Amino acid sequence: MENILKVDKIEKYYGSRSSLTKAIDNLSFEVEKGEFVAIMGASGSGKTTLLNCIGAIDKVTSGHIFVGGFDITKLKGNELNRFRREELGFIFQDFNLLDTLTAYENIALALSIQGISASIIEQKIKKVAEELDIKDVLNKYPYQMSGGQKQRVASARAIITDPKLVLADEPTGALDSKSSKMLLEKLEFLDGLGATILMVTHDAFTASYARRVIFIKDGKIFKEIHKGKDTRKEFFDKIIDVVTLLGGDLNDAL
Amino acid sequence: MMLCKLSLENIKKSIKDYAIYFFTLILGVAIFYVFNALDSQTVMMDVSSSTQDIIELMMTMLSGVSVFVSFILGFLIIYASRFLIKRRNKEFGIYLTLGMSKRKISLILFFETLLIGIISLLVGLGLGVLLSQAMSLVVANMFEANLTKFAFVFSSSAFIKTIIYFSVMYLLVMIFNTYSLSKCKLIDLLNGAKKTEKIKLKNPYLCMLIFIISCFVLGRAYYIVTHDFLTLQEVTDILKPIIMGAVSTFFIFWSLSGLILRIAMGIKKFYYKGLNSFTLRQFSSKINTTVFSSTIICLMLFITICLLSSCLTIKNSMNANIKELAPVDAMFTVNINMDKYYDEYRNYGYNDFQIKNSHYTVKEKFELFDLDILSYFKDYIEVNTYATPDLTLNHTLGSRLDSIRTQFPFLAYDTMETIMKISDYNKVAKFYGIPEYSLNHDEYLIVADFKSMVNIRNVALSNGEEISLFGHTLKPKYDTCQDGFLEMSSQHINTGIILVSDDIIDEEYLVQNCLIGNYKTTDRKEITKIENHINQLDKSSKANEYLLPSGSTKLAIQEATIGLSAMVTFIGLYLGIIFLISSAAILGLKELSESSDNKERFKTLRKIGTDEKMLDKALFRQIAIFFLLPLILALIHSIFGILFAVKVLEVFGNEQLLPSIITTAIIIVIIYGGYFLITYYCSKNIIKNERDL
Repeated sequence: MENILKVDKIEKYYGSRSSLTKAIDNLSFEVEKGEFVAIMGASGSGKTTLLNCIGAIDKVTSGHIFVGGFDITKLKGNELNRFRREELGFIFQDFNLLDTLTAYENIALALSIQGISASIIEQKIKKVAEELDIKDVLNKYPYQMSGGQKQRVASARAIITDPKLVLADEPTGALDSKSSKMLLEKLEFLDGLGATILMVTHDAFTASYARRVIFIKDGKIFKEIHKGKDTRKEFFDKIIDVVTLLGGDLNDAL
Repeated sequence: MMLCKLSLENIKKSIKDYAIYFFTLILGVAIFYVFNALDSQTVMMDVSSSTQDIIELMMTMLSGVSVFVSFILGFLIIYASRFLIKRRNKEFGIYLTLGMSKRKISLILFFETLLIGIISLLVGLGLGVLLSQAMSLVVANMFEANLTKFAFVFSSSAFIKTIIYFSVMYLLVMIFNTYSLSKCKLIDLLNGAKKTEKIKLKNPYLCMLIFIISCFVLGRAYYIVTHDFLTLQEVTDILKPIIMGAVSTFFIFWSLSGLILRIAMGIKKFYYKGLNSFTLRQFSSKINTTVFSSTIICLMLFITICLLSSCLTIKNSMNANIKELAPVDAMFTVNINMDKYYDEYRNYGYNDFQIKNSHYTVKEKFELFDLDILSYFKDYIEVNTYATPDLTLNHTLGSRLDSIRTQFPFLAYDTMETIMKISDYNKVAKFYGIPEYSLNHDEYLIVADFKSMVNIRNVALSNGEEISLFGHTLKPKYDTCQDGFLEMSSQHINTGIILVSDDIIDEEYLVQNCLIGNYKTTDRKEITKIENHINQLDKSSKANEYLLPSGSTKLAIQEATIGLSAMVTFIGLYLGIIFLISSAAILGLKELSESSDNKERFKTLRKIGTDEKMLDKALFRQIAIFFLLPLILALIHSIFGILFAVKVLEVFGNEQLLPSIITTAIIIVIIYGGYFLITYYCSKNIIKNERDL
């Protein structure tokens, strides 16, 4: 399988020389095309920092991140913006939809900033809206939608550009359990269509929808488990086992 | 004290965001001081007593205008502070949940206002004192006076006045703040920031309808002020088009806010290009709430443009007119045969002696006052004018009278026309260096330069109206009025002199004798001395018996003109600049105060990978639209406003209109454009702060 993401011995330090915090400590892993990977860890384990580094929102202190073979740690300024715009799709915990725009316009924006024509935009949105079941809310404003709908609109915006990699930061963090389930089923479905998704979460239920879960503790990989032939329920139990092993406050998530 | 510290910190924190507010306050204080301290600049100038009188009058007018200005600034400050408080609702909510009493929060606000007030007053006054030094040059230039010495001027009266006026304004703001805070509920304060913004799209058909109606009403108002101009006889008549204009301006903004987005959304290729959809939404989400302020700003800009350009036109025209309309040094006139019209002159307030002793020429009159007027003159001419009750405007207009009377019911149709011998007029014309004319025995011609009157007279002349005078019937030589004048003045005010062949005149009807001459001396001081001496004669006991010839001299006209034009210019500049900075400040402040919302939005845009260049462009466009929209409508208003002003100010001539408009445009571009750029860079800064995400 093709390698979409290769994280190579990255380190991220915060703070000054006197009080150094190692948010990420010599971490390496790879994600293949079409994979659905969840990164789990307690608050402060460095998982969001990791996602920010991969998303070129934050810079690594050392090491390299390759997306589709390109070393993104070497990109600068507008190259970074272009990379984010064309190679990545983001789903945020707090949706990050523009409150002044309708759902349709929010999704369209991801394409229009790439200079794609209005007619192609329309076709693409039609398709993705069907896939994510948001056809009814396309003309609504964010304040008129439920949390679940907002997150599906955000997901639509993330995947509509056909990114190499979709990064989801706690996508279910602000959703109730029913909406969460619905969103995750949609992500699973998108994965089935060939999207590569990297999701950060501290919630075992959310993680159980992924096909691989990487556990992070203190900026290092603690353990990695594969779903393999397991059912979702069996995989969930396995995750819980690791969480128990991990201890600490990740237990609170249960 | 803790409250003081909190206030101080708050100001420090917000000074960057509200730099534009401080800047405007400082500018307001400085301008207020500069214009109220104008008189102190004239101290070091060499000016005559009559100029001094005009300066005094100007200062009285300026202090009247200052009251008005303080209302505008007061409105601006209250508006701005209400705005800034709204932005801080959450902060006050936190103070309240921490158990701080409302009284204490009021105290915080009180200290803040006090600090802002003191800082802006001090800095503003400092700036004002500096600016008024530069103003000395402008004032001296305006009064065409020599700076006798250059000294540092400081006007303590203006200083104190500024402090008092602004203290009152700040005090009102404090009271207002305390009041509005006491009305707040904690829950509203805390939730204020979270309020979900509802975006309503207006009904496009209704918008279209209202837009069309407003345009129609506006067009009608334009038409009234430019074409139906003559129907506006009373001051209150002008209110109608003004109200029509203001109301339609409001509704045009209201409907445009809905229409622009609708139309843009219709053009998909445009709407879904780059950040266009975002920019347009930004614009329409805000204009819904800013229709009212856009209207106010548009109207203020309109007033500014008209005020500045017409004031400058008056100034420029007057100065240009002087050379043309006061070509010689002095002209003295006396009324002759006043007893013929005894009743009328009595009504004007002349006494019996003056009326009875009215059979002397100018030269003879002065001799009665023991003055040899001719001894002052290098060269001179003497001419007479005539009038008869048998030749009034009624007669001159002839068969056209009725139609003109319905159009202009308020003209004085019974006034006797001024008649001159053609040879007398040519003497004057030669002396003045203006065109001379020739006439046949049975012809007459009219010289006039007051435009409206010329137009009225031309109606009759082009119709070939004949007049009868002293038993002769005369036909017009030309079908239009000819250019010319007898009386020197600073404006084109000759409403018409009828020139006829010399042999027609009946000396019985002599009404005025004029002596026109150039002084031997060209020294300004000498001339002032001569003229002061002549003016003094009016105070002698003889003046009750004999009416002193009235004089209009080049110097007097110049001084009056310069004074008047300086007054008009300063008042125009004062009001214009205050209006301009107030409206620009409101816009800038509004834009900046929304930057916290914008910050989040731009952050999101950046997260999904928008180029910095694109973001900057979107921000620039967004702010530009907000600054341009009121300006564009104001410019359209101004075209018609200026057309109207040109008609009203016809006597001053409008040759100087273009340079005035250019000057006005420069002032507006500098001030308004300056505010626009400051707003843009401040917002960019606020948004850039989040670059590190």
